[in-house]
Amino acid sequence: MSEIDLAPLKTAIAPYLSLGRSGLLPALHAAQKLYNWLPEEVASEIAKSLRIPLADVHGVIEFYSMFYNKPVGKKIIRVCTDQACALKNADGLLSHLCAHHGIQPHQTTDDLSLTIESSPCLGICEQAPVALVDDQAETNISPDFQQYELGVPRSIVDGTLRILTINCGNGPTRLKKYGEYAGLKKAKAMGRLDVIEEVKASGLIGRGGAAFPTGIKGEGAERAIGDQKYVVCNADESEPGTFKDRVLLNDDPHRVIEGMCITAYAVGATKGYIYIRGEYPYIVPVLENALTEAREAGYLGEHFDIEIRVGAGAYICGEETALFESIEGKRGFPRVKPPFPTTHGLFGEPTVINNVETLCNLPLIILEGAQGYRNYGTEKSPGPKLFCVSGDVAKPGLYEVSFGATMRELLDLAGGVADGKKLKAVLLGGAAGAFATAEHLDIKLTFEDLRAAGLPLGSGVVMVFDETRDMRDVLKRLGHFFAHESCGKCYPCQMGTQRQMEILDRVAEGRVIDGDFVRLQDVGWTMTDASICGLGQTAASAVLSAMKLWPELFEVKS
Amino acid sequence: MTVTFMMDGKEVTAQDGQTLLDVARENGIDIPTICFHEATTANALCRICVVEVEGMRVLQPSCIVKAGANMKVQTRSEKVIRARKTILEMLASTMDLSDAPEILTMMDEYGASDERFPDAVRRESEVKDDNPMYIRDYSKCLLCWRCVQVCADDAQYTYAINFEGRGFETQIGTFFEKPIPETTCVMCGQCVGVCPTGALKPKREFLLEQGKTPAEISVMNTGRKQRKPR
Repeated sequence: MSEIDLAPLKTAIAPYLSLGRSGLLPALHAAQKLYNWLPEEVASEIAKSLRIPLADVHGVIEFYSMFYNKPVGKKIIRVCTDQACALKNADGLLSHLCAHHGIQPHQTTDDLSLTIESSPCLGICEQAPVALVDDQAETNISPDFQQYELGVPRSIVDGTLRILTINCGNGPTRLKKYGEYAGLKKAKAMGRLDVIEEVKASGLIGRGGAAFPTGIKGEGAERAIGDQKYVVCNADESEPGTFKDRVLLNDDPHRVIEGMCITAYAVGATKGYIYIRGEYPYIVPVLENALTEAREAGYLGEHFDIEIRVGAGAYICGEETALFESIEGKRGFPRVKPPFPTTHGLFGEPTVINNVETLCNLPLIILEGAQGYRNYGTEKSPGPKLFCVSGDVAKPGLYEVSFGATMRELLDLAGGVADGKKLKAVLLGGAAGAFATAEHLDIKLTFEDLRAAGLPLGSGVVMVFDETRDMRDVLKRLGHFFAHESCGKCYPCQMGTQRQMEILDRVAEGRVIDGDFVRLQDVGWTMTDASICGLGQTAASAVLSAMKLWPELFEVKS
Repeated sequence: MTVTFMMDGKEVTAQDGQTLLDVARENGIDIPTICFHEATTANALCRICVVEVEGMRVLQPSCIVKAGANMKVQTRSEKVIRARKTILEMLASTMDLSDAPEILTMMDEYGASDERFPDAVRRESEVKDDNPMYIRDYSKCLLCWRCVQVCADDAQYTYAINFEGRGFETQIGTFFEKPIPETTCVMCGQCVGVCPTGALKPKREFLLEQGKTPAEISVMNTGRKQRKPR
């Protein structure tokens, strides 16, 4: 091991030294680029340079799936095996690749040239099956696995509206085409408090999944007292079935940045972060480029600037407080709330954290005014909305509609159930969502109508399963997803996701034992009622909904 | 300043800033705790102390939630009991509770069965016996975090231990799994002191349990036999 040359490491991590502990994830990423994995000497050098305890650095490496403290292949292929890709034979793809290279999943070839892994949702569900090959996406892989597209995934965008997605579908939009930040300009002319009032009056509700009113957040952070305020863009889009933020970030980065600038102006923040998931490496250069353009145009600078932070494979970091911990260079453990981010957020300071799509609504609200914005959508769910339609539909893709469209209308836009088959179920809201069936087709996809029907809107996932699908396989994958992604902090979720997975495995394999139905319910409700954060509180949501719809799946076969 | 609110249908009074757990204890209401310890920062992670607070969407951890005027708190609602019982049953299916009598008593009280989850994967590992002061038996660890906390900012500022893995597979560990003498550990013993389940145990106690006699242990320690009394 002593032959490791640490000189290039010292150069590579030099830019992060001044960040202290917060520089840990960037430093680990940089080190892994150099050495392909994180040997002890490298971790130790990083710890010393950033003045972080050794055990803590090890704890962080161990937390994130995309950091390796054992040697891995020069090339890493991550095959998505979550729901949407599973419908397109992702398991077959994984075993084909493994057989071809003579290794098992999560193994590395003897010559250290290749590692193959199964991966949680890669956020390219509309072009399933997909894989991530180092920094590039392999999409639309053909049924014989011989043909595919490689690079940055395409954007497939349609809908009855093209407001948020006006610039989407033709690759990254440069500042020249995006035009001046007219929303920001108008915001500054209005004054800070009026901007917040306008956003409150617009009725904008957060699009990340938790459905919190955006204006209230801004107001809270504006009023909060702090040395430094932050604006964070939550681009850790990891909810299985969700890919809207990928499209917005890649195709229209300036809309996101302008949304952040407006927020920063309104609350008095001078520093911003875009935290993007590690599974979207191909978007990072797009964002870097857009930030440079925004700096050159004077939108960013000393008054407010934005730093990109790249995650490393942890769904939990989409939870806002876990995301803060991650930026701070720690394991992504969610914090206890209250206190809330508006008063005690990133680095303990007042912080506004918003989802990518939420931020993209802000320039529109300022330019059109709250009343103009309310021309779209319903009274309680104003505005345009993006839906990620995937699975067994004729035309999977990102669809923009006005809030109020029904599920039937949305599915019609997407060409209906593929191959003329009948609908079995729709997974709404992602893995943390719930199942709907044909009887729910005429429900409007709004916060209020779905809530009344006991269904979540979540992050806008509409994943379709046709009549031939075995829902037990879908449930099994949900179980594995949550067990893999639980951070392990609170007991209900740490053990509950494991026990839920074990029972769902039995269900899928026809090995249900006496008492499993009640056992699964008790685990599910315990996670829902008693977990610390949104992950645990929704880890059983889809399963419990399936138990209501199809109780027979969970019964002992005699 | 005091606040008045309802706990289990009874009017109780609390000092401003007191936690629900504090108030319950002062009023003779029993709320079980596992991860909570007076000497460590409360992380509210075991969730065994959850209670139902009217108007709140989910159960609330009483170890950190502050008493508020006009709250309506139920410490033993149906939801609370289900959560506590299920957490205890999951613990029993996960780890070795034989050295955790308080939790075994809790299980009796809540009618929790240690056979509730058949065929469940357990967290098992070999006893780590790598230093002269204490052993680490992580098959008995329930991840209360207290050892990591006292080793770090809650007491010793030594930072010898942290976490390995994630989720169910989490375990307490050192930098690249180094033996304790190769870490920053100063053998202060505070981690052993706060461990609730015997996962961390003084070496001498461990050896006595293994059937070694004090005389044998003395030889192991000093390389010499104990002197016979004259």
